[in-house]
Amino acid sequence: MIKNILKKENYNQNLNSRYTKGKLYFTVFFTALMIAIIGLAILLFQIISQGTEMLSWTFVSSYPSRFPEKAGILSALVGSIWLMGLTGIFAVPLGIGTAVYLEEYAPKNKFTQFLEINISNLAGVPSIVYGLLGLAVFVGALNMGRTLIAGALTMALLVMPIVILASREAIKQVPYSHREAAYALGATRWEVVRSVVLPSAIPGIMTGAILSMSRAVGEAAPVLAVSALVYLTFVPTDPFDRFTVMPIQIYNWVSRPQDGFRELAASGIILLLVLLLSMNSIAIYIRSKYQNKSEE
Amino acid sequence: MLNNQAEFKNKTHMGLSKRRVITGKIAEIVFFLCAVISIITTVGIVVSLLSQSLYFFFEVTLWEFLTGTRWAPILKPQSFGVLPLVTGTLLVSGIAALFAVPIGLATAVFLSEYAPDRVRKIAKPFLEILAGIPTVVYGYFALTFVTPKLQIILPDLIIFNALSAGLVMGLMIIPMVSSLSEDAMVSVSRSLREGAYALGATRSEVAWKVVVPAALSGIVASFILAISRAIGETMLVTIAAGATPRMSLDPLQSIQTMTAFIVQLSLGETPHGSIEYNTIFAVGLLLFVMTLTMNLIGHLIVRKWQQVDK
Amino acid sequence: MVTDEYILSSDNLNVYYGNFQALANVSIKIKPNIVTALIGPSGCGKSTLLRCFNRMNDLIPIFSLDGSIKYKSQELYDDTTDATNIRSQIGMVFQKPNPFPKSIYDNVAFGLKINGYTGNYDEAIENSLRRAALWEEVKDRLNKSAIGLSGGQQQRLCIARALAVNPEVLLMDEPASALDPIGTLAIEELIRELAGSVTIVIVTHNMQQAARVSDETAFLMVNDNRAGYLVEHDYTDKIFTNPSEERTEAYITGRFS
Ligand SMILES: Nc1ncnc2c1ncn2[C@@H]1O[C@H](COP(=O)(O)OP(=O)(O)OP(=O)(O)O)[C@@H](O)[C@H]1O
Ligand SMILES: [Mg+2]
Repeated sequence: MIKNILKKENYNQNLNSRYTKGKLYFTVFFTALMIAIIGLAILLFQIISQGTEMLSWTFVSSYPSRFPEKAGILSALVGSIWLMGLTGIFAVPLGIGTAVYLEEYAPKNKFTQFLEINISNLAGVPSIVYGLLGLAVFVGALNMGRTLIAGALTMALLVMPIVILASREAIKQVPYSHREAAYALGATRWEVVRSVVLPSAIPGIMTGAILSMSRAVGEAAPVLAVSALVYLTFVPTDPFDRFTVMPIQIYNWVSRPQDGFRELAASGIILLLVLLLSMNSIAIYIRSKYQNKSEE
Repeated sequence: MLNNQAEFKNKTHMGLSKRRVITGKIAEIVFFLCAVISIITTVGIVVSLLSQSLYFFFEVTLWEFLTGTRWAPILKPQSFGVLPLVTGTLLVSGIAALFAVPIGLATAVFLSEYAPDRVRKIAKPFLEILAGIPTVVYGYFALTFVTPKLQIILPDLIIFNALSAGLVMGLMIIPMVSSLSEDAMVSVSRSLREGAYALGATRSEVAWKVVVPAALSGIVASFILAISRAIGETMLVTIAAGATPRMSLDPLQSIQTMTAFIVQLSLGETPHGSIEYNTIFAVGLLLFVMTLTMNLIGHLIVRKWQQVDK
Repeated sequence: MVTDEYILSSDNLNVYYGNFQALANVSIKIKPNIVTALIGPSGCGKSTLLRCFNRMNDLIPIFSLDGSIKYKSQELYDDTTDATNIRSQIGMVFQKPNPFPKSIYDNVAFGLKINGYTGNYDEAIENSLRRAALWEEVKDRLNKSAIGLSGGQQQRLCIARALAVNPEVLLMDEPASALDPIGTLAIEELIRELAGSVTIVIVTHNMQQAARVSDETAFLMVNDNRAGYLVEHDYTDKIFTNPSEERTEAYITGRFS
């Protein structure tokens, strides 16, 4: 037997000072979280205190103007809604299709691996680069001009990774036994996807779709590159109109030195945040409802 | 065996109506094409950036572009050294990282090691809101709130400056650092923690000496991805950091980032084919290469670490 | 010496996870410097009992207990007793080897560092590794990652890591169940080696193992409410050859599942 050479008196546990250190760490970690939350609180407070005064029906229903009191966000609001809808029309089906391919069809090989790496990298490409892509391809090469449709196609490529990710998660949640049951009845793979996988994945997919559209509503940089800064006093009526969106209008107002425009910017931000918040709440509501159901 | 399977497949297929088989085949092709769009997107990005920059590099050598220290594409005499834009970008991202990395990491440690479920449930949505706020809003906040407040302490601060843009960008990327780091820490196995507790470690020793080192690669990846995000961020710096390309690391001054330059030129409807128009693609290409490299490294680290973990 | 006759003793111990009672009225006395085996069917609370001895269960929020557990004469679940301090005196080895993803050296040094060891580290680490019968195998690669070791070596490293804190008691929860026969044998030999210098309490599902390594054996079972209780605690020889309780014999001979 090997002798134990360790001695009790050689340990100096010093528990009290270690606990004090632990408390200190705790305080530091907790403070960090509070800094983030307080930062958010100040930001929201600043915006609300600046923006509520100008927020009125006139603001929502008027076109931009050189006079802050008369200016409104109508063209940008309508432009944002158009852009959001068109982006969804392009991005959601393509995103779902990609997700279905990756989850249900893709063989385990190098090409699939490449596809996955490619998608995760696309999610990290700066949004302004998408803007340049849209400018070169949709506006330039395909000659669409600085139109809604060019903006929406650009934005669709930008948000597609979000739809893909959410849809894949949702599809993964569908238990394999459900698929087996359908296969056992002689269904083809497509029939299984259509009648088993997609129906039960729909809530998760919808959540992703809404989140992707809310991302599209908040983005300014790629739209700027595609549409340029335009001063519009009409609302777009078809996809080939020129357009502007709320973040761009806000940017326009922020960059003017007069206080009146700064307040308009804050009002615009309130409107934008309310829109985003309600979209995200819907997404969260769908997700929670769906989760409760699957737990039953 | 193989034969049998093939036979079996054939049989089942014979049992299907031709229409069902064809529909199935078409569906598969459609799904595949959807997936290919993502590759086309990447190719599209690379080709459009490269081809447009090519025109630029006909007139300006790559060397001149990458090492020149004066950036004046619209002023006469023109000069196309991109370093001032790179410096500006790195300055703002650096400030953001200095602010966001410690705070994001500490937040992650708090959420994963200390916070009871109840607190986590309240705190996480706040961080998610922070992550979901459009970047123009951050720009507004930096310009109309943070800068004036900082000017009280730092009277030399210019209205458009790298410091407040960097700080607010830090606030913006905290959720990214904290949520990715937290994911890494949460996936450190419980048995490691128990092993440390069983040796008489206190909670903070377990967190700091066992969990954080074990999750280190994931944490580092979160830093890299967040900084890459900061480098590519556009509206915040366009609004708050200024439009003065400057080879300087003085945070109190107005600078210009690569992204802000692209926006600046996009605003005036630059004519298709002019050198100015091509310049933004050259800068865009550099931006793309920088962020892509960082993202690839970040994802590589995450992947490696997930493999080791299993 | 003034050491008490028993190093660990519980008296009418009841343990709960939320509303679920995991242990009922367990009174057990563990003698110092011998090996005591805890056996019993799955879910009877062996791990629970073991983890009460070093207050490991404190980490589970829904855990609670009443009754008494003493370490020597110190009441373990007393407001004045510090769990961290207790854990440095009562070490634990887990079912799955859980070395830290650090070097072999740093794994053993971890406990020394946090417990403020003031002696020579190299000496202490060599001694702990020797006592864990691992020194010869790793002395040339102390700075290599512990993750590269075999399962059996990892488990002995975890034992060395625990020994470096100089515990008086070593709690082992199925320490060999994740190992191959060779690794198992090494651990069993090691347990016999260590007995005499530390008190060992080992949970095992393997009857032969209990018979081979332990001096005393305690048999636990579950009652109708699925709460574990102590059936019998005696010399291992006695338990395996001539138990007092019908139930013990039934379990050991496998007539019971
Ligand atoms: N963290 C916990 N939360 C709730 N119940 C628990 C927890 N840990 C254990 N239990 C329950 O307590 C009872 C005893 O568990 P314990 O792990 O102590 O049994 P065991 O005898 O070690 O079993 P095994 O031989 O399978 O390891 C079981 O019914 C188990 O489900
Ligand atoms: Mg157990």
